[in-house]
Amino acid sequence: MISGLFLSGIIIWLAGAMASLALWRKPVAARRVACAAALAGSLLDLSASAFAIFSSPTAISLPFGNPIFSWAVRIDPLSAYFNVTLGVLAAAVSLYSFGYLREMEGRRNLGAFGFFFNLLLMSLALVFTASNVFFFLVAWEVMALSAFCLVSFEHEKKEARKAGVLFLVMSHAGTGLLLIAFLMLTSASGSLDFSSFHLLASTMPPLRQGAVFLLFLFGFGVKAGLVPVHIWLPEAHPVAPSNVSALMSGIVIKTGIYGMARVFFDFYGPPPLWMGTVVLALGVVSALLGVLYALMEHDLKRLLAWHSIENIGIILMGFGAALMFRALGQPNLAALALIAGLYHTFNHATFKGLLFLGAGSVVQSTHTRNMEKMGGLIRLMPVTAICFLVGAVAISGLPPLNGFVSEWLTYQALLAGFGTTQSLTRLMFPIAGSLLALTAALAAACFVKAFAIPFLALPRSEQAADAREASLSMRAGMAMLAVGCVALGLGATWLMRVFDPITQQALGVSASSAMVMARGLALSPGTAHGGTISTVGMALLFLFAGAAFALPLAIRWRRRSVRGPAWDCGLPGLTADNEYTATAFSKPLRMIFSALYRPRREIEAEYEVSPYYPSAIRFESEIEPTFEKHLYEPLRQRIMASAKRMKAIQAGSINAYLAYIFITLILLLLFGVRG
Amino acid sequence: MTELIMTRIIESAAQLFLLVALAPLVTGVIRTLKARLQTRRGPDIFQPYRDLFKLFRKGMVTPETASWIFAATPWVVFFSTVLAGLMIPMVAADAPLGLFGGVLAVIYLLGLGRFFLALSGLDTGSSFGGLGSSREMTISALAEPAMMLAIFTVAIGAGSTGLTEIAGAAIGQTWRFLAPAQMFAFAALALVLIAETGRIPVDNPATHLELTMIHEAMILEYSGPYLALVEWAASIKQLVLMTLLINCFWPVGLQPTWFGFGALIGIGWLLAKLLLLSCAIVLLETVNAKMRLFRVPELLAVAFTLGSLALVSTFLF
Repeated sequence: MISGLFLSGIIIWLAGAMASLALWRKPVAARRVACAAALAGSLLDLSASAFAIFSSPTAISLPFGNPIFSWAVRIDPLSAYFNVTLGVLAAAVSLYSFGYLREMEGRRNLGAFGFFFNLLLMSLALVFTASNVFFFLVAWEVMALSAFCLVSFEHEKKEARKAGVLFLVMSHAGTGLLLIAFLMLTSASGSLDFSSFHLLASTMPPLRQGAVFLLFLFGFGVKAGLVPVHIWLPEAHPVAPSNVSALMSGIVIKTGIYGMARVFFDFYGPPPLWMGTVVLALGVVSALLGVLYALMEHDLKRLLAWHSIENIGIILMGFGAALMFRALGQPNLAALALIAGLYHTFNHATFKGLLFLGAGSVVQSTHTRNMEKMGGLIRLMPVTAICFLVGAVAISGLPPLNGFVSEWLTYQALLAGFGTTQSLTRLMFPIAGSLLALTAALAAACFVKAFAIPFLALPRSEQAADAREASLSMRAGMAMLAVGCVALGLGATWLMRVFDPITQQALGVSASSAMVMARGLALSPGTAHGGTISTVGMALLFLFAGAAFALPLAIRWRRRSVRGPAWDCGLPGLTADNEYTATAFSKPLRMIFSALYRPRREIEAEYEVSPYYPSAIRFESEIEPTFEKHLYEPLRQRIMASAKRMKAIQAGSINAYLAYIFITLILLLLFGVRG
Repeated sequence: MTELIMTRIIESAAQLFLLVALAPLVTGVIRTLKARLQTRRGPDIFQPYRDLFKLFRKGMVTPETASWIFAATPWVVFFSTVLAGLMIPMVAADAPLGLFGGVLAVIYLLGLGRFFLALSGLDTGSSFGGLGSSREMTISALAEPAMMLAIFTVAIGAGSTGLTEIAGAAIGQTWRFLAPAQMFAFAALALVLIAETGRIPVDNPATHLELTMIHEAMILEYSGPYLALVEWAASIKQLVLMTLLINCFWPVGLQPTWFGFGALIGIGWLLAKLLLLSCAIVLLETVNAKMRLFRVPELLAVAFTLGSLALVSTFLF
């Protein structure tokens, strides 16, 4: 049954892709077919993988290919878990797309869009399930290429083309690293099959083992948006159409996380300690830098893109801790840390998908991504505002929503880590914990800005004053994910069971029975005296207090309440110009962290009589893109310089090229004979 | 099982009453003591009750620019603060709602309240609200790592983030608070407490001067019952953080249960310890001037350093 459901999902996606391409001249039909196929495929994929989590692994071999390059998929609990994430997010995004794409009808080629959209979903499902190197890389490339086409879909904009190319280059650099790593594994196992890699990496000599680890870490890290190979992410995610941005941030970057989970917990046995510390340290750096750069953005979608880097960092903190616990021989703690990372992966897919869909509604309605031109949208777009608020509270890690639960689990894992070793390495755990606290608090600050500036107070521009609520299907898509954020927060204790097959397979332990307390009312980390939380309890008390006190009293006080102007210091009334801007909101942090940002600002004032009465002021402020300037720009120059030198052998004469081919052939033959 | 649930409900009700009833008194005592130390007469210690009573009977003005966020915020702030207060041990070592969350949940519930206060500051559309929100979120973010280090130190000692366990671990050893790790963590947490409750030298609760105010700027547009709720929640938050500090580090006088004569002794000890901490706060507020906003990060860096020292000393000593 699982294989039947899964294959029919794949086939519907493929059929949807072909059908919408065939219908490219009829935009209305193309849109409907593409979205309906995407939705149906997602639901099938979701139901298949929901069954598969609790079943023994299902292997499916497609009836083509040959023994070496076989088209084989295998749905084990880990694959199924990521497919559930994909199914939930893709269903909501497909629903949303019904309404979202309507505006593009007649202006853009929706047939092509539907083709790449369905192809992306299909390749994602295959990436999560492919069970040999060849098929994995094929799916990986289809995913990268269809994502590239969707990112640069609005190709008449220069920034979309530039971001698309950057994404493609970075993505392929990452694939190159993966290819080397896979070849090293293959040469050790003599097979391309993933099952032959099980625990294999740990049997290799230490140097090779470390090399394979780093290649995989950075190869998958490019896709995940790990600092310092993250630079494509804040460029590519914002320029894509918003439903694609939701998929990119929600699930496409999670393929990197999936790859790491597969390598770290399937291909490797207990790893040396340094691997875990590297992952933990990179996670902390990604989380902190992600949120610090997000704070400086006033482009709503770029801000969300930076937060994806932050959340990938939080996920990797869980993974890093899990690797360290594995090295230290603590499988139960490793299971806790792995669960924290995996749960945050799902949670991030829901709330970041939700936030990008909300941002998409806002951008479609106001025609700008600049927050400084929005404002007051809570009155014009009430449903979008509530959904965005739910996402903002969830991503800030505030109770009782889902972000709080996974961050709490991460804290618990880090806290428990201190007692596991006597070496100084143990200091890493509390320091990582305190920096996670800083990250979470800065994220809360950032989302006060990201919600309040676009949605609250007065509209800052005419476009914002004319905004209209999103269409029904768009609201339904957002509401679905908002409900998901609440359900994943309140239902955490009941969902912990899902992780048992995964931790059983990866680490040989089941954690959930120790983590659920008081008949599912409270969640505990499963350590000896670990603390407990009960998000359900908190939510019920809030509801009770709200219904018993807040509602009746608010209604009574309403009669004594009048509307009046806010205090305007005696000026003739408040206007939108008096409002605090997003730039002003983050100014204190820009000054405090100026060593990182190296902000530059320029103020020009025009005046006629005295400089104290300017007639016009121009203000410009920007921060230094550290990684681009100090890491990638020198690298690019090196590459260009060496390309220039290589020009000497590119004479253009066919004889010379034949000679090159001949020499290469001889060298390869000699190499083959010797090896 | 039902008996346990009934016990918990009674305990929660008792602690709830203590929280909401005691909080204005603590604020009043601090104000009066401060006035006396500055050779002013000052209001008597019950003035905050009269203020609240007066505000609750008044009408209110809601800004035309504000949305439903403005009306929802006082409730969210009040309820989340009270809920956090039920998770800490006040009189009995067992926190009534310890099952619902430990010290991390307390911090994040207070964070939920702050998140909504900052939103409502921006909701009014006046510059003051935005200014207050921006500063509040900045300072609280910078206070967070120091707080977490101190809490990790305490939690490592107790092997748990549950406050019942933390207080329980401290009860066993009366003089444990003299251990270097505990002292450093206490100092770090005390600095964070000053920043979080908006006291001098970080913020001045008595000022309405636009250049310096933080918390007051955020709530500038509130009036009548909503202002009363926000002010009340602020004093409850102060009480919660003060109780957290004294009962985590110096749990002397905590009773095994809420029932019987022991509860009165427990309340007596609580009041005595709160008075002592209030005196310390008053002294600190009187001998210090308010810092410039951009000097506050330095203070919090000191707190972070103290937190790190606390952590290192857990295994050095």
